[in-house]
Amino acid sequence: MSSSRLDALKAAFPHTIPVLTGFSFLGMAYGILMTAKGYGFPWAVLMSLLAFCGSMQYAAVTLLTSAFDPLAALALSLMVNARHLFYGISMLRRYRGTGKIKPFLIFGLCDETFSILCSAQPPEGVDRQWFFFFVTLLDYLYWSAATLAGCVIGSLVTFNTNGLDFVLTALFVVIFLGQWEQRRNRIPALVGVGCSILCLMVFGPDNFIIPAMIVILAVLTLMRKHLEGEGGESC
Amino acid sequence: MLTSTQMMLLIVMVALGSAITRFLPFLLFPDGRPTPAYILYLGKVLPYAVIGLLVVYCFKGVSITASPYGLPEAAAVGVILLLHLWKKNTLLSIGGGTVVYMLLIQTVFV
Repeated sequence: MSSSRLDALKAAFPHTIPVLTGFSFLGMAYGILMTAKGYGFPWAVLMSLLAFCGSMQYAAVTLLTSAFDPLAALALSLMVNARHLFYGISMLRRYRGTGKIKPFLIFGLCDETFSILCSAQPPEGVDRQWFFFFVTLLDYLYWSAATLAGCVIGSLVTFNTNGLDFVLTALFVVIFLGQWEQRRNRIPALVGVGCSILCLMVFGPDNFIIPAMIVILAVLTLMRKHLEGEGGESC
Repeated sequence: MLTSTQMMLLIVMVALGSAITRFLPFLLFPDGRPTPAYILYLGKVLPYAVIGLLVVYCFKGVSITASPYGLPEAAAVGVILLLHLWKKNTLLSIGGGTVVYMLLIQTVFV
């Protein structure tokens, strides 16, 4: 590996440590669950490698025990993953000019990679593109490797991991706090939290994401004149 | 049980749904053509709103009307906030908050 790529890898790794922790736990749990359902290796690993969408992969477990319906699976996946649309719109400018690695950056744009890359800046002298690439690649490998580990050695884990998945919640909270420090980010942040809580109360925990996305979009659209006046840097 | 063909098809469908949601914005607004100002505006404000959505999503299962009233989550977020204000070290804030949360739900709020 060239030294500039190695520098980018070294700069990327610390940002991914919380994801390593969270994905080790959740990826293994997924492998264990799929093995228990009779779809362990290679199916669980294939799903992680090809779909790479944690919450939908968990949701898809329920499809294994119901009647086979591929179109329903596609529809469910589109709905559960709809939030990716917002990540893509947010990263249009950042990923501009990333050339041949761009398809991989887009393919690997999960919640965690998005939350890191929409706020983290690579250190001075580190190539942006390769920094983006390694954060994306590491998160992808953590998830797939953890799924494999769950399938193969999942039954050997005996220490009390209860609550370990909170590490990803903590990651999002810390990124939220980091964004909050910039005054001009606060109104969109409050719009996001406010509309989401409102929709959570109205639609309940299982069905609030898509209504929340629509309400957020509507409110931000209505506030465009006000917010655009404040300028600001694209994510 | 699903057959191998059915399982493979199921995986492809889930992967397709995920890929469509990830690639669609980039396909609709490619590098070469000017992106509408409205979309650029959304690109500026959505990151902050959508992280807010993710945070709410993480706490969606927490009940403030039934025991333990969201106390472990509130305490852990409090620790994250204090550590963040004190040291400004991302990994310390995340690690500290997670350890406190795990200790609380494993020992205090069992």
